[in-house]
Amino acid sequence: MTDTAAALASTPAGPFLALSGVRKVYPGVVALQGFSMTVSPGEVIGLVGENGAGKSTMMKILGGVVAPEAGTITIDGVEETSLSVSDSFRAGIAFVHQELNLFDNLDVAANIFIGREPRIGGPLRLVDTARQRRMAEPYLKRLGANFSPATPVSALSLAQRQLVEIAKALSMNARLIILDEPTSSLPLSETAKLLEVIAGLKAEGIAVIFISHRLNEIEEAADRVIVLRDGRLAGTLEKGEITHDRMVKLMIGRDLKVQNSTQAVSGGDVILEVNDIRTATYAHQPVSFSVRAGEILGVAGLVGSGRTEVARAIFGIDPIYGGSFSLADKPYAPRSSADAVSRGVFLVPEDRKGAGLLLDLPISENITLPNLGEHSAQLLVLRRKEAETAETQRRNLAIKTPQISTKAANLSGGNQQKVVLGKWLAMEPKLMIFDEPTRGIDVGSKAEIYRLMRNLADSGVAIMMISSDMEEVIGVSDRIAVMHEGRVSGELARNQFSEENILLLAIGKQLAGGNMQ
Amino acid sequence: MTKKDLGLLVLIIIVGAVVTFANPRFLSPVNLANTANVIGMFGISALGQAFVILTGGIELSVGSVIALTGVLFVDFIANQNVPWPIALVLMLVLGAVIGLFHGLLITRLKMQPFIVTLCGLLFYRGIARFYTGDSTAGFGFGQSFPDLEYLAAGRLFQSKDFVGIPNTFIAMVVVAIVVWIVMHRSIFGRYLYAVGKNEEAARYSGIKTTLVIISAYIICQVLTALSSVYFAMYTRSIAPSAHGNFYELYAIAAAVLGGFSLRGGEGSVVGAILGVVLLQELQNLVNMMAIPSSLNYAIMGGVILLGVLVDQQFDAYRTRRRIAEAARQPAQVAGQAPAE
Repeated sequence: MTDTAAALASTPAGPFLALSGVRKVYPGVVALQGFSMTVSPGEVIGLVGENGAGKSTMMKILGGVVAPEAGTITIDGVEETSLSVSDSFRAGIAFVHQELNLFDNLDVAANIFIGREPRIGGPLRLVDTARQRRMAEPYLKRLGANFSPATPVSALSLAQRQLVEIAKALSMNARLIILDEPTSSLPLSETAKLLEVIAGLKAEGIAVIFISHRLNEIEEAADRVIVLRDGRLAGTLEKGEITHDRMVKLMIGRDLKVQNSTQAVSGGDVILEVNDIRTATYAHQPVSFSVRAGEILGVAGLVGSGRTEVARAIFGIDPIYGGSFSLADKPYAPRSSADAVSRGVFLVPEDRKGAGLLLDLPISENITLPNLGEHSAQLLVLRRKEAETAETQRRNLAIKTPQISTKAANLSGGNQQKVVLGKWLAMEPKLMIFDEPTRGIDVGSKAEIYRLMRNLADSGVAIMMISSDMEEVIGVSDRIAVMHEGRVSGELARNQFSEENILLLAIGKQLAGGNMQ
Repeated sequence: MTKKDLGLLVLIIIVGAVVTFANPRFLSPVNLANTANVIGMFGISALGQAFVILTGGIELSVGSVIALTGVLFVDFIANQNVPWPIALVLMLVLGAVIGLFHGLLITRLKMQPFIVTLCGLLFYRGIARFYTGDSTAGFGFGQSFPDLEYLAAGRLFQSKDFVGIPNTFIAMVVVAIVVWIVMHRSIFGRYLYAVGKNEEAARYSGIKTTLVIISAYIICQVLTALSSVYFAMYTRSIAPSAHGNFYELYAIAAAVLGGFSLRGGEGSVVGAILGVVLLQELQNLVNMMAIPSSLNYAIMGGVILLGVLVDQQFDAYRTRRRIAEAARQPAQVAGQAPAE
């Protein structure tokens, strides 16, 4: 796969696009390294890998959004070191993102031709709506769409909207369409239709890269599967070799991490009991699990499996639509985050900058914000006491900052996360929920945060840790609950921890030896 | 006092110097006392508006509420024989109810503050006009309320040698001190700034954000009702179709001049008061310099625009300079962000 440039020149029906030795590094993370692949006309390539394996980096490089540090990109025999957005566009590379980029308030035709509208009326340059709709018609027909170009996008289902995106790509003469998790939010019947559309594109000689966590669909649709792991090419499977098991094996690949075996904690009393609760996103799926004092419950699952929604419900931010909680054997029905905080239930949110911190405020004010009552007399804030608390937290958590009056915005990611922790550790937690606690944090701070979590657990706090990082879930948790499409698809005890088991449950499969629901 | 406040103070002094140069009567005790009187009344209403703006909201119905509570107050004491202290309390309660209503619509029913209060602007004005049958509310011949008149329109320390300090101005200073403590020193003040800066993060810190926002609207309308009594006793006759017109905009303009951001979470009490002072100084300037009073609004608009423009450009300049300076420094140790 290295001599791709030569291959391009020699065989006309061969690949028109090739990546070779591509490397991209972000601060602290190698996102992609030594990655090579080719794309030929009419080829359907399945791209799989865990969260953070480098899929989106590869997409960004093909889209011209980021430039690789090393390697080449060859299009029609022309070798480049990076693409610009317009290079990518000219090469006929089109994207259909998971979050669709459509204008709800416009009709289908207007969305397809946005920015390239046919004009009428000479100098007035009005949009020729009628012609625009006529122009859109053939593309929709090619995709077997059952709606007219005049339909407003707001009236379309998600699957139909995807067709609009694909029609838009066709209208721009796309040769390669990259579908990012197109089926993750589609019901099964719609998924089958989408796979037909992909087959249709293939028949027309259009290449498709199909990114999905649903390995069955990949198995059905792909001519070739590329597996990414930790930013490297873990392996390529050709048509005859594509099986579920082989994909999973390649995705996990490396030897399983030896756990940092502290004694497996059997846990103390049950602190939080979640009984068949339903959230707005997955109203049809009840969720149940429990967290014990002194244990770290890892909550794994794919992005969008409903983990954050459950956390928000426990913290009283979102209402629940059925079921109940109990906290330390007492009923617990938080109506606001204030209720949760007063019962000792704290949340370190996923969106550190948007929800965890007030970036414009000093560290000290961030730390005391949930607990100003303790830092006041006659409703007035006692600044000295506030400074003492903040100073204590700075010392205990080793927050690297010259002063506690520094704005939170001026800290590094790891130190910001410590401030969020300091906010809660200055109070008395009973249950701490961490949502992606180390995302975007350097390795050193990560280790410190893990240690803090363990110390907290050892002091009797119940901890629930939502994480998409396999190593983190396996290395830190005492027990793992895996979520799939809004429900807990299985729980794993220490001796069952493996990336394979987590992945199987995360994609909705059963464990080989039967699992406890 | 922040740098912003200081800049505003300098602007006030410069404008004052220019006016004094053109017409020395600007500094005459009588003129100062009269200006202080209007500063007092507008100041109280601006401080109310400041609470709402701090949460990232806006209260457009202030002028109409001033008209409504104004006609009700005058009618109650002049025609219905309600003792004035009771009438005053009733007006404050009415203000609180209006504020609560707006706050509930905005937080519980998720309506936009602009729309809720714009409808209020139309609604309360209409009710005020209907209540009096669109005629002017005023006092009968010879009717007088010595205590009320002294408190609302009198002056402290008035004597042969001293024009005295208007009681409205004193009232504003008292209100301003309380508001300063609430905004800058109390728990509630912290919550206000937190909610205004980032409502989501405030909620994730366990703050009852809806309660904070509703309280801001209630405080705003209570202060508005208080100022309306002063306005009523100042004009003594209230034409419900014109009384208080634009007053919400004066309040908003003063707060913005004083460094409040309409996005919320920024601003200080001192700034808001200085904003009111500048606005009334400009109003006074028009009279003092014999500028046609029809130009009144044009001058105000021009100066506010200029003030905010200069302020923002100056901020941008300082940011650029700081970055340029940092760029000349040798590399810093990782993890140590530069202090401000």
